[in-house]
Amino acid sequence: MRPLLYVLSFLAVLGLGFWAYRENYTTQTALREVANLQDEIASLHESLAIQRAEWAYLNRPDRLRDLVVANFDRLGLMPMEPHQFGRTTDVAYPAPPSLADGVMEGTINLGLGKPVDVSGTLNADPEVQTP
Amino acid sequence: MIRTPLRPLARILHARATGANPDAIERENLRQRHEVIRDRARGRAQLRLLFLCMCFFSAFTVVGARMGMLAASEPMEPRTAGTGVNIAQGRADIVDRNGRVLATNMLTHALYVQTKDLIDPARVARELAAIFPELDAATLERRFTDGRSFLWVRKVMSPEQMQLVHEIGDPGLLFGPREMRLYPNGQLAAHVLGGASFGAEGVDRAEVIGTAGIEKALDARLRDPAQAGEPLELSLDLTVQATIEEVLATGVRQYEAKGGAVILMDVHTGEIAALASYPAFDPNDRPNPLADPNAEPGDSPLFNRAVQGVYELGSTFKIFAAAQAMELGLVTPDTPINTQSLSVGKKRFSEFDNHNYGPTKTVAEVIELSSNIGTGHIALMIGGERQKPFLKSLGLLDASPVELVEAPGARPLVPKKWPDVVTVTASFGHGMSSSPLNLAAAYATLANGGTKVTPTLLHRAAPMAGPRVVSQQVAADAVMMLRRVVTDGTASMAKMDEYAIAGKTGTADKPKRGGGYYDDKVVNTFASVFPAEAPKYVLIVTLDEPVDRTGPEVRRTAGWTSVPVAAEIVRRTAPLLGLRPAIAPQPLDGLTAVKQ
Repeated sequence: MRPLLYVLSFLAVLGLGFWAYRENYTTQTALREVANLQDEIASLHESLAIQRAEWAYLNRPDRLRDLVVANFDRLGLMPMEPHQFGRTTDVAYPAPPSLADGVMEGTINLGLGKPVDVSGTLNADPEVQTP
Repeated sequence: MIRTPLRPLARILHARATGANPDAIERENLRQRHEVIRDRARGRAQLRLLFLCMCFFSAFTVVGARMGMLAASEPMEPRTAGTGVNIAQGRADIVDRNGRVLATNMLTHALYVQTKDLIDPARVARELAAIFPELDAATLERRFTDGRSFLWVRKVMSPEQMQLVHEIGDPGLLFGPREMRLYPNGQLAAHVLGGASFGAEGVDRAEVIGTAGIEKALDARLRDPAQAGEPLELSLDLTVQATIEEVLATGVRQYEAKGGAVILMDVHTGEIAALASYPAFDPNDRPNPLADPNAEPGDSPLFNRAVQGVYELGSTFKIFAAAQAMELGLVTPDTPINTQSLSVGKKRFSEFDNHNYGPTKTVAEVIELSSNIGTGHIALMIGGERQKPFLKSLGLLDASPVELVEAPGARPLVPKKWPDVVTVTASFGHGMSSSPLNLAAAYATLANGGTKVTPTLLHRAAPMAGPRVVSQQVAADAVMMLRRVVTDGTASMAKMDEYAIAGKTGTADKPKRGGGYYDDKVVNTFASVFPAEAPKYVLIVTLDEPVDRTGPEVRRTAGWTSVPVAAEIVRRTAPLLGLRPAIAPQPLDGLTAVKQ
């Protein structure tokens, strides 16, 4: 009985030693990974800050003003001024659709698309008949 | 354990046989038994003591070992602290009220030289001078070879320059990372932001410290590591600020002024939406202060006219006399006031350009026409001992509490004694000086219904609940009188259809350095509130030495210079501030007219 106990405890020590060895290296790997991630986060933050600074620099009012002047032909941007404001009541309603527009768009059907029978007999009475 | 009997029969019998006392045997045995018990107890006590000693020894060993390790090991930043939010930023950003960046940090590099590692100092000096135009090759070479081992060459440089330095390829040239303060908008809001520079410098890092403006005033907040991730939110509005600076620069050029200042402030919260001073500078490359001791401080672009410029603000003060007289119940807007003549002691006062406004005018007309004599009479009704505390309660006699490092230094110039002559001159803004920012706060107090306003540059959501200075009715009357100045009086150039401005002009002669006043140098101020029907903003425009040459005669009054600038500012910024213009009904075109 006793030798079996010795062998078992020896095996247990062996197993625990192996487990501790593995845990140690896993921990070290995890720590290295964390450090790498921290470095990466730091460098991403850094480039984010630079991007933000660059965005602010490219959107500075001086430059935008120059761009507006340079592209006036295409964009026609003007400073915001009070006379550009209006009242909703001053906005005209669209004109009611005229007959011609409706026919063109197909919303009004006069039945013009149907074939019309143009053949027939003329009245034989010459007095009624008109030339 | 085998217990020995106290009276063993054999020995007792033997003792009896020999005639000895058997009790002695019993005592002897009892003694021996006690000795055994005592020895056992002592042994146990010793064991306990030893155990306790071991415990203490190991505890102290652990503490000592930990202390030794802490003392002997390299100090190291804890890598896992925080989640990486603040790693890149040492100093908090500054943003405007809408979150647009006004100041931020950028990573760049400093260049230094370990001279003992230099292979060819002469060539390095030559090539460095070619990259950085401000360096001189001969001086550099001398400094490389005069025995020192370490030398800073540049504090910051661009990535392109860094690449060129890399291409020199000398092992003695080394780079240290630097956080640089960057103001992406250039000159915009330069006087508010101030500037920053490097404090203590090391190879690995350098501290950035504020040198002026809000960067210095709130340096501790900006450097606080706990708040480094949170940007400092100012009350400025970038778009409004840019527009105002543009209009101000145009105005200063048009009226040939030396400079100018504009303040736009929310009357309810005291937030400064824009603060401009012209000429400005670039905070990225802050110029040096003027070296000439005789130069006026106002000649330097670093001078913040809105805060540091302590001027006699002229007739803009008249409304305070009128408001106080109404508050005290001495007058109403319709009370007639003598505008014929006024003399205090030997001093006779006259109107601007010796106008004569007739024998009497009402209080409202006195303000509208800007009558010195009329205001003087009102001030004498109030009296100096009541006038001075009133001006103080409006904040006109103290340095502005705004968050700029320049503000506490700009104390208003106030006469020490307050005789009747001073009462009269102070009522129309002469003989005492204050800054445009103080004037803005005082006008805001009248415009928001009569409670005191403290100006601030920090974003503040809730309206201020300051102490009441004048009653609501008096404040409303004062704004109504200011409105009449625009509709019928000296500020008629501010009349426009879209927005109702109410304001007061002020023209003051500039004092000479040695005493007396210049004839042809004035400071023109227009203090206004808009929209007049429910004031929301106060706008102060100050021009230094402006002149209007468009008309047949040369004009130097505020009505011809500051007022048009202010009107243009309102026209351009009010839509940006979200104020609805009054819209005139559109003229009917042919089609609509037919329909109706």
